[in-house]
Amino acid sequence: MAEPVLEVRGLKKHFPVRHGLLGRGKTWVKAVDGVDFAIHPGETLGLIGESGCGKTTTSKLILLQETPTAGSIAFEGRDIAALEGTELMAYRRAVQVVFQDPFSSLSPRMRVEDIIAEPLEIHTDLSRAAVGKRVAEVLELVGLQPDVAPLFPHEFSGGQRQRIAIARALATNTRLIVLDEPVSALDVSVRAQIINQLEHLQRTLGVSYLFIGHDLATVAHISHRIAVMYLGKIVESADSDTLCARPMHPYTKALFAAALPSHPDDPQQERAIAGEVPSALRLPSGCRFHPRCPSAMPVCSEVEPTLQPRDGGGVVACHLYD
Amino acid sequence: MNVGGPDMAPHTPQRSSRPGEAAARLGPVLEVSDLQTHFFSFGGSRVVKAVDRVSFTLHEGETLGLVGESGSGKTTTCLSIVGLLPRAARIVGGSVVFEGEDLTRKSQRELRRIRGRRIAVILQDPMVSLNPLFTIFRQVAEPAFFHQHLRGRSLRERVQHLLRVVRIPSPEWRMREYPHQMSGGMRQRIVGAIALAGGPSLVIADEPTTNLDVTIQAQYLDLLKDIQRETGVALIFVTHNLGIVAKMCDKVAVMYAGKLIERAPVRELFDDPKHPYTRALLGAVPKLGSKEPLYSIAGQPPNLANLPAGCSFHPRCPEALPRCVSEEPGDFHLGDGSVARCWLVEGKNEAGAHRGRARS
Repeated sequence: MAEPVLEVRGLKKHFPVRHGLLGRGKTWVKAVDGVDFAIHPGETLGLIGESGCGKTTTSKLILLQETPTAGSIAFEGRDIAALEGTELMAYRRAVQVVFQDPFSSLSPRMRVEDIIAEPLEIHTDLSRAAVGKRVAEVLELVGLQPDVAPLFPHEFSGGQRQRIAIARALATNTRLIVLDEPVSALDVSVRAQIINQLEHLQRTLGVSYLFIGHDLATVAHISHRIAVMYLGKIVESADSDTLCARPMHPYTKALFAAALPSHPDDPQQERAIAGEVPSALRLPSGCRFHPRCPSAMPVCSEVEPTLQPRDGGGVVACHLYD
Repeated sequence: MNVGGPDMAPHTPQRSSRPGEAAARLGPVLEVSDLQTHFFSFGGSRVVKAVDRVSFTLHEGETLGLVGESGSGKTTTCLSIVGLLPRAARIVGGSVVFEGEDLTRKSQRELRRIRGRRIAVILQDPMVSLNPLFTIFRQVAEPAFFHQHLRGRSLRERVQHLLRVVRIPSPEWRMREYPHQMSGGMRQRIVGAIALAGGPSLVIADEPTTNLDVTIQAQYLDLLKDIQRETGVALIFVTHNLGIVAKMCDKVAVMYAGKLIERAPVRELFDDPKHPYTRALLGAVPKLGSKEPLYSIAGQPPNLANLPAGCSFHPRCPEALPRCVSEEPGDFHLGDGSVARCWLVEGKNEAGAHRGRARS
């Protein structure tokens, strides 16, 4: 297989939390605690898990909004922590992001053309005319008319705004786009438009996606591979088809059990898993999932399982398969 | 586990019998017919038909899914039922018959005795429904205090009982806490406890799980189902998520641009959707394990202030006929119990004659 666009190894991010009298005590929130994955050219990696499991912190580390506590992120073979100057600019140009809420990710005071031109002005020395041409180009790529360029974001619907955000992310010949729940805030019919559009863009431009979401069906639809996160760790990762056909980790199974049926006659799972994600301040001992796990064994509260190859390809961290 | 009626001790099984209930049991709990709610702006010179001739019925223990995209009038329909419309909006026609009484003819004073007691509302964001300055106890106790006049120990017991019903662990401690000390799923369950406090016969839930995680959503939906099984409360579930409809609802009403364009029993809707918009909605939902491209409808929902002539869906409809552009279709009652507002189904397996806008 070709060299991955992005390779993450042993990535950790721990946030200090002060407590006690005068804030003298100090504990750590292990938001991301040893995560490995790779994204190949033209591939979509889906990252799923409940809120507070570290999905967004992982994306912030990739976007250089946070510095990792440990571990490395390599972009096209080079560690991004070592990048400086023009190389750093090149990285920031090649990796872009689309956020969940297009109502807050686009400045209401800027025209669409300025929003999309901003990364071009920072990263390229194109002439004004060339920038205008590129703006028209990417607007067409995302299915908008180029003549909407002089309008303001408030003149668009949610779906159109998300298209503008995608156009901005594509403007600089992007190699990887981090999509942080890009369709959660949209209506069903518009959601389908955006997902189809993203898939079409990937086929034509060969761009890679890191797709973060919590709706299993949507993530499974768009992703080639899926990594399931729980409390800062990847507990299972496999091909999207393999994972859907045979989820192995009890947490992955629980997510599938909680997924909504697509027809009233679909076999309904008896019960969703009980409880909520525990606080990342007080991580359970051993396997982090054991307090909620329906198949927990004595060993689960003592020894933390490591990722092992699973049947059908992929990896799973669970004592059931030791 | 029971939710109890309004005027009984916390642990007595069965629901209370209140005046009119025996009669209501025979008929539907709620019958909305030809409801029209308009918004008036610019001194009444501009009219937006947010709810346009909406009709449906709901029986005890039934769950109706009210489906549609943002701006289709789902929420305005619900607010019209409970009489909580904003000042610019007015019900201009139709009726809302709840347990035999027409709510559109009631004064706000009379409605206050019904809301929170016989009809409860659960809104999308629990942080908006809960007051951050009051304890959980005070907020859950309010309906029992005002409607059932409980005080002191019986009030405390009632609150603890309600919290236990919605599966809040150690309610005697939790009720002294404030909303910010709860997780999102717990807050929404507390809103559920407030809704149940009056022993309602109708609960309107407006996208109650949109902000919750999938696992917490599944827990909440299971809880609502259990409560419904035990109390026989009728539910209106407002949502744009067809998965929730498939899991929860007995019948479905699909709204588009202020109108109900299709209503049907849930299986008929999923097996054989009649209206092209319903078909499009069903095709737009990704299915687990399928990588087929999603069906997407071009364009977006119309602006209610500037609706297209004829059928409001015709500019986006892949199957539009010439007459759709100029003539608005009425309700067509079909053999399998569904009602569709579309020219395509005219004459197809219709039950009896074309009854136009007649009620079902």
